Amino acid sequence: MIAVFVEIREGKIKKSSLEALSEAKRRAPELGTDTAAVLVGAGLEGLASELGPHCPGKVFCLESPALADYSAQGYGRAICDLVRETKPTALFFAATAMGKDLAPRVAAGLGVGLASDCTKIAVKDGTFEFTRPIYAGKAILSFTLSSTPQIATLRPNVFPLEAQAAGGRAEVVKKSIEIPEGFIKGRVAEVLKEESAEIDVTEADVVISGGRGLKGPENFVLLRELAALIPRSAVGASRSAVDSGWIGHQHQVGQTGKTVSPNLYIAVGISGAIQHLAGMSSSKCIVAINKDPEAPIFKVADYGIVGDLFEVIPRLKDELKKVLAE
Amino acid sequence: MNILVFVKRVPDTESRIRIRHETRSIVEDGLNFVASPYDEFAVEEALRLKEARGGTVRIVCVGREDAIPVLRKCLAMGADEAMLVRDDAAETYDGLRTARIIARAVERKFAGADLLLFGKQSVGADLSQVPAMTAELLGLPQANVVTKLEIGEDAGTALREVEGGTEKVVFSLPAVVSAQKGLNEPRYETLKGIMAAKKKEIPVVKLEDLGFGPAELASKVVITGLDVPLQRQAGKILQGDPAGTSRELIALLHSEAKVI
Repeated sequence: MIAVFVEIREGKIKKSSLEALSEAKRRAPELGTDTAAVLVGAGLEGLASELGPHCPGKVFCLESPALADYSAQGYGRAICDLVRETKPTALFFAATAMGKDLAPRVAAGLGVGLASDCTKIAVKDGTFEFTRPIYAGKAILSFTLSSTPQIATLRPNVFPLEAQAAGGRAEVVKKSIEIPEGFIKGRVAEVLKEESAEIDVTEADVVISGGRGLKGPENFVLLRELAALIPRSAVGASRSAVDSGWIGHQHQVGQTGKTVSPNLYIAVGISGAIQHLAGMSSSKCIVAINKDPEAPIFKVADYGIVGDLFEVIPRLKDELKKVLAE
Repeated sequence: MNILVFVKRVPDTESRIRIRHETRSIVEDGLNFVASPYDEFAVEEALRLKEARGGTVRIVCVGREDAIPVLRKCLAMGADEAMLVRDDAAETYDGLRTARIIARAVERKFAGADLLLFGKQSVGADLSQVPAMTAELLGLPQANVVTKLEIGEDAGTALREVEGGTEKVVFSLPAVVSAQKGLNEPRYETLKGIMAAKKKEIPVVKLEDLGFGPAELASKVVITGLDVPLQRQAGKILQGDPAGTSRELIALLHSEAKVI
């Protein structure tokens, strides 16, 4: 069995978890095994049945009133208990904020290795070979883990989502989890939403990033207007734009920011420092807009425009509107 | 307030990474090594807590002797003490191995610590494993990827970054906290700090001193390949009047790349 932890945010199943589930379903036959989903929390029944089309197998619901709020300790314990009981071959998480917080806790609890933030998973000689970028993508590492279960977190936006099976029904297996009083010493007390409904750069299909060429914080509005036309898009930034205080660091793409791999990455007024290129070179299609034809960003771009971004972006917006209207 | 900060020596972010294929390792010659940038936020936060509350800031690094300059820099920033847990193993990319060394060092050398601070990940291995694994091994609560931290008498509150928002984490002490960019602005070393740091002894603890046998720390990560990514081919660069290039770009993205 490949068990996949399915993350719930604001009462909804996270898309990145369904990507992990899709990958588990693709790999399971190669190991002659099946796939199961794992939900943790309180009152999970409705969500479990929603998983049917994605996971026509077992859905473990690990429930306790003590797990109503996320805590790495509580969730970790519940998952470790399930692993000890059901002995899965592998355990996948999405490499989201929660997955990155929880998976190491589970791995340490079980005393096994962890493959973090994988971008490729293959089966070789009956075992997994994991591939992941290191140095924010300046190098690529492949490895196997000599411990069982094989635990991995899967980078969002990399593994394709599998089509849902019509009429698939989940076999719900409920387990009540005993959490001793005082065991959970830290928990999430509150989730504060960002005011804009923007999605995170790591989860966006299209990322439009700005750099020093924007000349000031006020000009990020140009990128926001462009992003507003494109579904599932987000605004990113170079380190220098963030360090100048033009935009929050949660938008930073690069080695001390986020590594992204959207379908389309548009770099606007970004010269392409090596630490920035590391964070976005795995994007499927890269567009660069810069007035300097020698800017290193053009070396990685699939398409580029040499020109003044203040002239280009408004026209790009108009052209995009025309195409979208068709 | 008794604070421990864990730091790692890494190549700076401007480094171009080359691979030594025979040993499946990074070529270190010519690279400039620094404390991992996220670790600097952790050191700064520890110093601020100490300034506000009193106590001690001790820096611990697991690594080779060549990590001593990184520890000395932290002393020059204002940390009270530093210790190297000497581990001559090449990079294993096995976070559990490091976490076990750290957890054992905390138990044997630093009993009574109130707060264990880390960077949210090292710049390089990019694992984001060690803080949470250390917390699990020591049975402590954790707050990772933290952009704001408040520590009270026996409990703390942290804001941590999640997709599209922020989580407020409440925890009791002792606890593990890992720092994200935005937590603070790390200070530069002062000349006085640098002079004082030069005089400080940096004790070196061996893995045997922590009771580890030779085979006990075998890595669970078996490296099968290490390479640089395929170079992207330079693409179509459009020059000329903005109206024409904009129209052409959107047409290419629509009909050739099919991304919009």
